[in-house]
Amino acid sequence: MGIIKARKLGYDYYEYEEEGKDPEIVHAVEDVDLDIQAGQFITVLGHNGSGKSTLAKHMNALLVPTEGTMWVDHMDTAQSDDIWKIRQEAGMVFQNPDNQIIATVVEEDVGFGPENLGVPTDEIWRRVDESLQATGMVAYRKQSPNKLSGGQKQRVAIAGVMAMKPKCIILDEPTAMLDPNGRKEVLKAVRELNQAEGVTVILITHYMEEVIYSDKVFVMDEGRLVMQGTPREIFSRVEKLKELRLDVPQVTLLAYELRKKGLPIPEGILTIEELVDEICRFN
Amino acid sequence: MSIQLEDVTYTYSPGTAYEMHALDHVSLEIPQGQFVGIIGHTGSGKSTLIQHFNGLMQPTSGRVLYNGEDIWQEGYSLRNLRFHVGLVFQYPEHQLFETTVIGDVCFGPKNQGLTPDECRERAKEALTQVEIPEELYEKSPFDLSGGQKRRVAIAGVLAMNPDVIVLDEPTAGLDPKGRDEILDRVRYLHDTRGITVILVSHSMEDVARYVERLIVMSRGQKKYDGTPREVFSHYKELEKIGLAAPQMTYIMHALAERGLNVDVTAMTVEEARDSILKALGR
Repeated sequence: MGIIKARKLGYDYYEYEEEGKDPEIVHAVEDVDLDIQAGQFITVLGHNGSGKSTLAKHMNALLVPTEGTMWVDHMDTAQSDDIWKIRQEAGMVFQNPDNQIIATVVEEDVGFGPENLGVPTDEIWRRVDESLQATGMVAYRKQSPNKLSGGQKQRVAIAGVMAMKPKCIILDEPTAMLDPNGRKEVLKAVRELNQAEGVTVILITHYMEEVIYSDKVFVMDEGRLVMQGTPREIFSRVEKLKELRLDVPQVTLLAYELRKKGLPIPEGILTIEELVDEICRFN
Repeated sequence: MSIQLEDVTYTYSPGTAYEMHALDHVSLEIPQGQFVGIIGHTGSGKSTLIQHFNGLMQPTSGRVLYNGEDIWQEGYSLRNLRFHVGLVFQYPEHQLFETTVIGDVCFGPKNQGLTPDECRERAKEALTQVEIPEELYEKSPFDLSGGQKRRVAIAGVLAMNPDVIVLDEPTAGLDPKGRDEILDRVRYLHDTRGITVILVSHSMEDVARYVERLIVMSRGQKKYDGTPREVFSHYKELEKIGLAAPQMTYIMHALAERGLNVDVTAMTVEEARDSILKALGR
């Protein structure tokens, strides 16, 4: 069993439209089976309202399934005794950096998590040092978070989760509010954590360019898991993705367009270098 | 008909240790009917700039003119100006507040002093233009999807019949299809109503596809101002100021370096495809 596993996971809620009328049942997530191995970098795609965030919230027991089971590091999230342990093992970073920072100094914000876990002071500082190092934020440790850029704030939020020493980190559109530079910074920090520290990463995003580094991609639609595979496998299916209101990276789209015009370029091109090499073979 | 900025400087906290020039001697003119993109990294002065267009911010020095009139001269109606120059902020759906979609869109025209019938007429027209179907009119705006909410918020500004609409990152947080829908609608409005569109964006691919003129802000100054093609030819300099060119620009330059006779100014996937096929003799 992997570090995060779901079997037949479903989540329903009631929507109350008008008074006196029977509420409508909404199936936000339905019949999802997945198995994420420790150390993997996973990306989750899906249009607005496809159930991605609802699924993500199951991964650290912010929501518990109404059907099926979710296990985080072998713990059933429906067992409320384990809830704090689960949240320590699976940390979450949200979209808006301003909603996640609570302290007035960067290093204190990063130390907030472990402090709540009752970690001894020396150990807290050691973890703060390590986390700031891993996210490239050491130079800002004494600064006030509100003077930082969006990308820097998100890196502080990630450092704060790291200081709790989780095995997994779940990021729900962490770059949606950032400019291109901020996006790059955050992605770099996340990849670093995955590669150097071996942390399992689950990244939810709308930016197709952020997907290409992941080991595996999950695509959600109408609450169901409709596609899974490597980025190359997923991005080979341009038409299917468009049907699902998604997109492919522009370089993949260009390769697809050229292939449609009869140029025999392989499917699932992901980088500029690959495409340039392929095209130059015909010159 | 135009918006003109003459040597505008805006200084935060002047005379203190925190003094900062958010705008530094910016001059520009946007004629009626243009589709303009503004790009720049966080803190480059984009947001400060657009808030000068409808008099939400007053320049520390310099002048802002709308149709040749100084908007800060005595007796000028800023209230009136704001009906002509509509500003759609980031995440405009956070500003929805009425109990029904139609009620929310009527709010602007109601403030313009129109009769209830006229308001409803305007609201209907605006909602049609952003493709919100009639069966949603009486729904609560909070029951809509993210993309729909945003379109309702844009309709709220359109219902005032502005001559200029300024959109601050209208696609942030939307899925790819939602992004295309919003921008296609904006282009449609520009083409059919002849309104000026000023689009602030972080997406180089989007501005390459939609705008006819691109203004690049950096450290409070206007760094480049030209067609997207001209601006993106400076792609190396753009990287130095924290920006980039569309992915196509990089592909075309890489191909040219490898000896392929392609058009390095191609910005969209379609242009790149055609140019590559031509260079390969296919």
